[in-house]
Order: sequence, then structure tokens, then C-alpha cells
Amino acid sequence: MKDMIKMVVVLTVLAAFSGGLLAAIRDNTIERIENQQLTFVKGPAIKEIMAGSKNDPIADRFKIQVGEEEEKSVFVGVFDGKSAVAIESYGKGYGGDVGVMVGIDLATDKILGLSVTTHAETPGMGAMAKDDPVFAQQFKGMATDKPIMVSNDGGTINAISGATITSRAVSAAATRVAEMYHQKKPEIEQQVQAFK
Amino acid sequence: MAKSIGQEFVKGLWEEVPPFRLVLGLCPALAVTKSMANGIGMGLATTFVLFFSNLLVSTLRGVIPPKVRIACFIIVIATFVTMVELLMQAFTYRLFLQLGIFIPLIVVNCVVLGRSEAFAYKRGVLHSMADGLGIGIGFTLALGALGGVRELIGSGTILGHSVFGASFEPFAFMVEAPGAFVGLGLMLAFMNLVGKK
Repeated sequence: MKDMIKMVVVLTVLAAFSGGLLAAIRDNTIERIENQQLTFVKGPAIKEIMAGSKNDPIADRFKIQVGEEEEKSVFVGVFDGKSAVAIESYGKGYGGDVGVMVGIDLATDKILGLSVTTHAETPGMGAMAKDDPVFAQQFKGMATDKPIMVSNDGGTINAISGATITSRAVSAAATRVAEMYHQKKPEIEQQVQAFK
Repeated sequence: MAKSIGQEFVKGLWEEVPPFRLVLGLCPALAVTKSMANGIGMGLATTFVLFFSNLLVSTLRGVIPPKVRIACFIIVIATFVTMVELLMQAFTYRLFLQLGIFIPLIVVNCVVLGRSEAFAYKRGVLHSMADGLGIGIGFTLALGALGGVRELIGSGTILGHSVFGASFEPFAFMVEAPGAFVGLGLMLAFMNLVGKK
């Protein structure tokens, strides 16, 4: 019996201490981590999409509530005479989630640009979605009111050869962003006004 | 039998270098050694975890009841691994992107658990620290060497610097998964050849 109590006490104390320690570290690093992600992954993607904007699209951002709990960052780009937003979403790729940043023109509802952010796809195959600009170019100017699909599935996107799954993941992520955009359009438009 | 603290440290560098002599911790050794920098980064992360988990386990060895020792080791190890993961994300994000899933997987790296169970739980704090540091640095050197060989042949670079010039056609096989096995096999053969008495 004494052994039992000792086991329980030791494990509990150890676990509680570890939990507290990690929570403290997380609290102290969370801001840095977000900044790092913005600089190294999302930043370049946003800059590419919003090339030529008058403002800093990384600094000019707000959050929207999507679904029950998920909060999405919306990055705003202001151009001469028009404005655009960029939202990130994920699709299931060959090596886990493929993150895709999608820019949408607020006036025309068409895709302004698309860029892959995080992925773990095979180098030389699925990774071409990020490395080969020709693939991402295809999405430019596409309408966002219907699902975006690769040509194998009846859409118009030419998949990267040998990487249909990755191409599908990018298309699915783009579709997801389009859905979010249409669902939240009034709110987005209202928020964007503040940055003009 | 009883070795000095110095000997405990040195043994990890050659005599018991984890991937080659103990043939432990092969999963990260195979998976992340696409380049030398990745190998060394992974090795250093593991060294950090090894050192501190050894330190803590040997400090607490009088308190931890034998029946739940493994559970306690895992809590200690998982704590340090999560710590490394958070710190890497905050300070060396590029490296974190490269190593990805293999950082959280240090928790189940049998080198770390093995050292806690076989060494730190039975030995003094100073010896355990030396052991953790030695094994960790040995692991780092081994991963760095394997990564260096694979990067040199597979991409023609060392730590990202071009070695052979533009005319070199990289042997991409070496940076793919099968190349990892071939590379490891060759390193093992080399170690046995050199270490043969």
C-alpha cells in the first residue's frame, strides 16, 4: 500500500511539474514562434502574392472566426484602385498537410495568386508544387465560386507529373480558402476598409 | 569495472557511438541525414535531451519507485523534447522546418530511454552527465558524418557549399531513403574494418 501511494505521488508530482514548466516555456515562446513562421514561411508567400501592394500585407492583418473554434489570419494587400486578401489553408498531401496561401481579389472574387507554404512532400516530385512557379501560375485568375480541381478529377489544373496527390492537396486547399472567403465576405470587406 | 568520469564521456565518442556500435537510434540516423547540417542539428537536439534527462533521472533515482520507472523516464524525456521543439521553433526555425516530425520523435529514440534505464538510473549524477554528453556528441558526430557523406555524393555540397563545381552531376540516390541504408551500411563496414583488432 505504501508503495502504491509513493508511485502515485511521484508520478503526479513529476507530471504536474513538467506540465507547468512546459506551459511556462510555451507562453514565453509563442509570440516568437508566430513571428518566425511569418518571416520564414508565410511571409515570402504573402509577399509573392501581394507583389506591388502599397502597404505591408504582413503587418496589415486581422483574424476571422471560421467554424466553431478555428481562427484564421487574413492578410490585406492594398493596391492602386483595388484590394486583396490572402488566407492560408491546408490540403492532405502525400507527406502530411500541404499549406497553401491563397490571395483573392476583393473586387472580382478571382484568385490573385497562390503559393505553397509548409509541406513535407517528396523532393523533386510533390515538392515541385512549391519549387516550380508554373504550377502555381495556373491558379491565377481562377474564379472562386466553384471547386478547383485537377484535370483528372474534371477540373482545369494540370497536375504535376508524378505528384497528382500533391496537386489535389493544393487544389483542395485553394477550394477551402475560396469557401471561407465567400462565407465570410461581408465581414472581410468591412475589416479591409480599415486598412485603406 | 568502474570507469572515471572522463572515460564515461570518451566511450560515447567511439567505443559505444550509438548508431554504429550500439546500433540504436537508427530511425533519425536514417531519416534526417540528407545533409550534414540536418544531421548535426538533430544530433545536438538529441544531445540536449540526453544530457538533461540523464541528469534528472540520476538525481531522482532515489525517489523514483522501480515499478513506475519507465513511465517516469518518459515524462522526463518528453518534457525535454517538447522544450527543444519549442525552443527550436522560436530560435532556429529553418532547422525546425527541415527536421520536422523527427524532433518530437526523439521521445521514442531508444538511445535516450536506453541511457536512462541502463545508466542514469543506476549511477551517480556526474557520471550520468558525462555519459549523456559523451553519447550525445558521439551521436552528433555519427549523424554529421553520415549526413556529410550523403550530402557530398547526393548533392555535391558540404554544409550547403558546392565542392565539385557546376560540372558535377549529383547522384540523387544517396539523398533518397534507400541511399540512407546504403550509406549506413558502408559506415558500419568502415567502423568494423577500422575497429578490428
